[in-house]
Amino acid sequence: MSTHKRQKTGYYPGCALEGTAHSYNRSTKALGKKLGLDLVEVKNWNCCGAMEVKNIDPKLQSYLSSRVLSIAANDMGLETVMAPCNGCYHNLKKAEYDIANDPATVETVEKLSNKAGHKAYSAEQVETIHALDWIKREIGEDGIRERLNNSLAGLKIANYYGCMYTRPRHIFPEKDQGGDSESTFKPHYMDGLLAAAGAEIVDYPLKTACCGGAHSLADSDISTKLVLNLLDAAEACGADVIATECPTCHSGLEMHQIRAETVFQRKTKPVIVYFTQLLGLALGIKPKQLGIHENISDSLPLLKERGLA
Amino acid sequence: MPIHEKSLIRPENLRVQENLELEGVDVSGHWSTFIESRVVSDYNEAIEDEIAALPGGEYIHRCWQCGSCTNACTVNAIDAEFNPRHWIYLVRIGLESELLRDKEIIWQCVSCNKCTYACPRDVNPEGVMKSIAHWLELKGHTAKSPAAHFDEVFAGQVFATGKIEEGRIIRGFFARTGQALRQEWLMVMARRMVRHLPLRMMFVMALGSVLQPKTQGWGRARAAIGEHVAEQKAREHKALGIAGQERS
Repeated sequence: MSTHKRQKTGYYPGCALEGTAHSYNRSTKALGKKLGLDLVEVKNWNCCGAMEVKNIDPKLQSYLSSRVLSIAANDMGLETVMAPCNGCYHNLKKAEYDIANDPATVETVEKLSNKAGHKAYSAEQVETIHALDWIKREIGEDGIRERLNNSLAGLKIANYYGCMYTRPRHIFPEKDQGGDSESTFKPHYMDGLLAAAGAEIVDYPLKTACCGGAHSLADSDISTKLVLNLLDAAEACGADVIATECPTCHSGLEMHQIRAETVFQRKTKPVIVYFTQLLGLALGIKPKQLGIHENISDSLPLLKERGLA
Repeated sequence: MPIHEKSLIRPENLRVQENLELEGVDVSGHWSTFIESRVVSDYNEAIEDEIAALPGGEYIHRCWQCGSCTNACTVNAIDAEFNPRHWIYLVRIGLESELLRDKEIIWQCVSCNKCTYACPRDVNPEGVMKSIAHWLELKGHTAKSPAAHFDEVFAGQVFATGKIEEGRIIRGFFARTGQALRQEWLMVMARRMVRHLPLRMMFVMALGSVLQPKTQGWGRARAAIGEHVAEQKAREHKALGIAGQERS
């Protein structure tokens, strides 16, 4: 991959990365800088619709996401937009799929874009990728090995991908294509990258189980139960760390780990760290620059003990 | 019913005699159990079309009752009463009274999309769950669920400014549902959140919740979305044959 000409990659952080997931934003940017990958933020972006707007009307969600894609394509001439948040990534992919396949969505998107005064997005103008795709394509596992500064050796990691990165399958046509493509059934990009960084990856059966993020506050008891499943399984696999690649999953795990402790007196051990933070440490970036101290789940004592922070 | 993981036999219709002797044979207790017969005559065959008219429910007619959705379901693994296949079946045959027995839990779908991933007929069961929950509220069978309140607070902020600010959402949702913000677990979380943070960072965060993030030049998009939502609501009310007033 190192031979291909690098285009600037559009960066769509989304609302969560400017709020509770500030450390994911920070570590993603720090990683890009360290690896010499240019990110250019999509100008004046808006919310993709998250998990809520579709419950009012899925076509409205597609419009919101399409506005982001339209700015990237028509105002900035970008060919690729990278979204580190699973919700944003999923919604941009969903909008892409619906605009390519559903005439009713196209009609709504065109009508609303005209009224709002911007060019309507049309299918295939931009490719949406996740932060995992970005690192995997631009640097790859070999690239991580070459740049390794502080191996994660001895750190046992359970990789948690959540729901929106792989489901439903049809909005991710590039996945499940065999070879090195990502799998929707058993995703492996994070496993590969963190293994290249020296970590011991445990065989985690709940990689794509749900954390209840959609109802984290509206139905807290179900979310706490689902998060406890994730934590218990990781602990049973011997994992010290659950690596995440989604701000909703990450904050859901952090919140409900505390809620399980406080409300149900169920204490669990694994600490929760963004994969960008773990990769950053392995490449020799300082913990502060990766925002590790901003996480609610306190991984610093463990990382210090292992000589990683 | 093609799949028997959910019974249509109502517990209150089971009859057991404590002391019963039939032709000199003691058949007391469960030997004497019988099911009181009932004839269902209150079908509401309009439900399927009404659900199909709400966003997400469009493809309910494709279902062939294989049960893959329920088998894959995250919430079903926690609560066996939560059964998407069963509810799709009830809607399709118009058994409204049976559907209403589960009306308080249908909104609990967590949108993990495992059902939609597993469905061989592209029914989009996740969307169908949302449309059934929405239908129950529009018809006045249930109060607005906590999830519906959350969606409205969240979407309201997106529609108004183009972006959300999480602190504002949490405060808005707790106020609307009458919950105290000072819950022990939230306080513990807040304390841990600031544990390693320098004062400057806390100041920036506090500022973020005062200065609401906005998308510049959002006015025309806001107006367009407002019109779209109003048209959408009018269409839904018409399809369900209910008066156009907004419930809140």
